[in-house]
Amino acid sequence: MQQTNSTASKMSGRHWRLMFSDQVFKWFCLFSAIVLCVVLFSIVFFMGKTGVLTFEFVKVTEYFFSLNWNPGFDETATYGAGIFFIGTILLTLLTLIISVPISVGIAVFLAEIAPTRLKETVRPILDLLVGIPSVIYGFLGLTILVPFVAKVFGTQLGDGLLAAALVLSLMVLPTIGRISDDSIEAVPQKYREAAYAMGCTKLQTIFFVVLPAARRGIVSAIILGMTRALGETMAVVMVIGNVPQLAESLVQPTSVLTSNIVMQIMAVPFESTWNYALFFMGFSLLVVALLLIVFVRIINNRSEVQ
Amino acid sequence: MNDYINLHDVNLFYGTNQALKDVKLQAAKHEITAFIGPSGCGKSTLLRCLNRMNDLIPNVKITGEISVAGESLYGANTDVESLRKNIGMVFQAPNPFMMSIYDNIAFGPRRFGVKSKAILDEIVEKSLRAAVLWDEVKDQLKKSGLSLSGGQQQRLCIARALSVEPDVLLMDEATASLDPISTMKIEELVQQLKKDYTIVMVTHNMQQAARVSDKTCFFLNGEVIESAPTKTLFNNPEDKRTEDYITGRFG
Repeated sequence: MQQTNSTASKMSGRHWRLMFSDQVFKWFCLFSAIVLCVVLFSIVFFMGKTGVLTFEFVKVTEYFFSLNWNPGFDETATYGAGIFFIGTILLTLLTLIISVPISVGIAVFLAEIAPTRLKETVRPILDLLVGIPSVIYGFLGLTILVPFVAKVFGTQLGDGLLAAALVLSLMVLPTIGRISDDSIEAVPQKYREAAYAMGCTKLQTIFFVVLPAARRGIVSAIILGMTRALGETMAVVMVIGNVPQLAESLVQPTSVLTSNIVMQIMAVPFESTWNYALFFMGFSLLVVALLLIVFVRIINNRSEVQ
Repeated sequence: MNDYINLHDVNLFYGTNQALKDVKLQAAKHEITAFIGPSGCGKSTLLRCLNRMNDLIPNVKITGEISVAGESLYGANTDVESLRKNIGMVFQAPNPFMMSIYDNIAFGPRRFGVKSKAILDEIVEKSLRAAVLWDEVKDQLKKSGLSLSGGQQQRLCIARALSVEPDVLLMDEATASLDPISTMKIEELVQQLKKDYTIVMVTHNMQQAARVSDKTCFFLNGEVIESAPTKTLFNNPEDKRTEDYITGRFG
């Protein structure tokens, strides 16, 4: 009898200990999740709050559409950030034009054509390329690509949109390539069989069956590559020339949102219109990146429903 | 035309593993030939030899002679694509493409160069009618092929296979994933299709072979044990192993 009692009390002690550690762990996880949400919200809020102060001194239309970026601390200062917005859009588009065909080509090759041993060699290489620090890409761009571009175009300097787009393409290539590769690989074999059994060639099967079936994954891959290209700073600063002017050719030194922020932010006092204007550029990048990621989530959810 | 499809001493190896041994077999035109046997006996493997789907698997080696309508399938000059167009296939699980019902059927003809909307419309209607699906889907041709029920999807796949006007239709356990009513519909359909096509089917279901086919071949461990008109095979099997299998003593 006594023994039964002591077993029971041992049991209940163990029970309470387990209950307690369960609860502690649960609250810890919840707390971590909440911290993350708070951090995200604070970043958006802080960037936005500081950024919008710009418009107490600068007209919204001037900020977005004027090409006159002439910041300073007297009456003549103008804050036309249009050049940077246009620059970022051009740079991103150019990067995608160069990198998308190549990286989707790599993905198709890896998933559909390459023999197994080659696949197993190239895939880890692409995964490693994703992890290389961007400053390394910048170095290579600066020392190899920029002089090369200058030589090809016969200009004094090779800095500009083209050099930046080439460096960025190299950087986003593994990202787009690997994610597309995975989504092509995930297309069920039964679709390929159906196409082959009807007499389709390999090329027809890839273009008319496999790629359409993988298109959502490929679009997500492109968008993720795009967010990387949009936000990349270091590598771009090293090859774009950093002159706040609108690029009239692909090899003219210019600036984009990220490169301009990093070049100027160290030199301006916190409580100045100039500083606010730079913050709003950052805020714009942040909003665009968040929207793109939300868009990817929506695409992926929809494909799950199907 | 009793040897419309003719196999002579066919051996097939996956690497060093022999999956088919000296298979000799004939199938007649406009008849239904059924392959039965336990799992892993080589019946699906043999079916896939008939439209060279085994080419897609690495390390497969095939010896022997297979011909359809007198033409060798593994000849030096065989055009695999037109061969597969001629010998359609329906798979175990319905596999319509992720596109509309219309585009599923128009897919094959489009790949072979049919561009005219009128001709495509005609092919789509003809193929769906042949697969007895037209009346159920004629008002929703734009809807996704995946929105149909399993049985309808399988009939869509049959219609898709018919869209490129094959002579032979191979069915690899085409009713294995379907409910009894859908299975019955497909069996009725197969009986109708026999008028225009030569059909070879693999089935797990002995009753199905007995109900539907004209000729049945019993496979065991990669060999054809017995091959005879269906009634003979089921009523008076010659080989003891065939009798054991059809009476349910193993398999």
